Amino acid sequence: MKFSEEFRDKELIQELARRLQALAPGPATLMEVCGTHTMAVARFGLKMLLPPSVRLISGPGCPVCVTAQKDLDGFLALGEVPNVVLTTFGDMIRVPGSRTSLDRLRATGVPVQIVYSPFDAVELARQTPEREFVFFGVGFETTMPATALAIQTAASAGLTNFSVFCVHKTMPAALRALVGSPELRVSGLLLPGHVSTIVGAASYDFIPREFHLPCAVAGFEPLDILLGVEALLRQIKSGSPQVANTYRRAVAAPANPRAQEILAEVFEAADAEWRGLGAIPGSGVRLRSRYAAFDARQKFAAVLSQVPPPVANPCRCGDVLRGLLSPADCPLFRKTCSPSQPLGPCMVSSEGACAAAYRYGG
Amino acid sequence: MCLAIPMKIIAIDGTIATTEVDGVTRQARLDLLPEANLGDYVLVHAGLAISRIDEADAAETLDLLRKLADEIQ
Ligand code: SF4
Repeated sequence: MKFSEEFRDKELIQELARRLQALAPGPATLMEVCGTHTMAVARFGLKMLLPPSVRLISGPGCPVCVTAQKDLDGFLALGEVPNVVLTTFGDMIRVPGSRTSLDRLRATGVPVQIVYSPFDAVELARQTPEREFVFFGVGFETTMPATALAIQTAASAGLTNFSVFCVHKTMPAALRALVGSPELRVSGLLLPGHVSTIVGAASYDFIPREFHLPCAVAGFEPLDILLGVEALLRQIKSGSPQVANTYRRAVAAPANPRAQEILAEVFEAADAEWRGLGAIPGSGVRLRSRYAAFDARQKFAAVLSQVPPPVANPCRCGDVLRGLLSPADCPLFRKTCSPSQPLGPCMVSSEGACAAAYRYGG
Repeated sequence: MCLAIPMKIIAIDGTIATTEVDGVTRQARLDLLPEANLGDYVLVHAGLAISRIDEADAAETLDLLRKLADEIQ
């Protein structure tokens, strides 16, 4: 695979790892914000290549994991509406809600359709006008433009049987809340490469400026990640934090202008509830009133107002997502919680820290 | 979930591209990348091309990696 294999060169990986040993400062904890990084780090065994004094911890960048229980319960409740077909990315299927999950609903005969993209959900709605299709809009800025375009497509096709249950979240606002929290003890942030293709590397400039925290935007191949870590260690050593862009081949400093236009046309900023982080002002989006007909929260407001509050759950994903607990230290890890019997989203999602620790060792 | 895969554009029809990697093809919308051309590599995520991969920047990063590796020899 071009642009992947070159960045998996074993010899270069070894040499870069040696360079990291030479650069290692005193103890340093680096947070990989993005779940895709968490998975790549585990899969390629990168933790073993890092200097012993450098610790990598996972952060809140797995959209499946940070989806609040209340939002998941709301989407699940729509499965009980006659004629509704729930459409979702496959990652959400097994996440336990308070009372059920998408796969359990499906087993009882509720139509739940996994789609590769929101465009597929719109296409299903177009082909089957007698049914009502609701898409679970989960994801950060990487995914938001696809949802926005799907809504525009449905609108221009005049569809009345398609809507989005929007739980999209925005990364820079969440990072501000995260780095501003006194409990966070990290010395650098490895920032999400694919979110950054949309928001631009410059959108994180406030982090070194206001919080004096080193940052590196990194890609997802082993060499990309090590290069990101190298940039962080170098900044820690020199004491001059900045936002290093080590994923230049895909990320520019400014935001993608087309994406910004499309997002602004369809969405407006809204407060959002994050699992673990709680409510963060301005860290989510809702559909603008001109697209209200495609907003599942409005279309099904009566049903949603009847959803009981979430049931408390012993899962500690919330702490894992804030970098306060490593999966292996959760008392339920491997005991009552495993990928076949997940108690929380961090064990379900292929990018969840608990799933990664289970599969590849923590 | 933010996984995006580098794929080559092998056909363009309006704003929809056919992209290919390792013999697998996928449709990807090009709304975010009006400048994308046939033969370009783009990152594809959930049916949308989210970024064009710059070959020169990729080569530069690989050069930098080799240079860093040499420095410690
Ligand atoms: S191990 Fe299971 S119960 Fe513990 S935090 Fe992870 S997902 Fe939740």
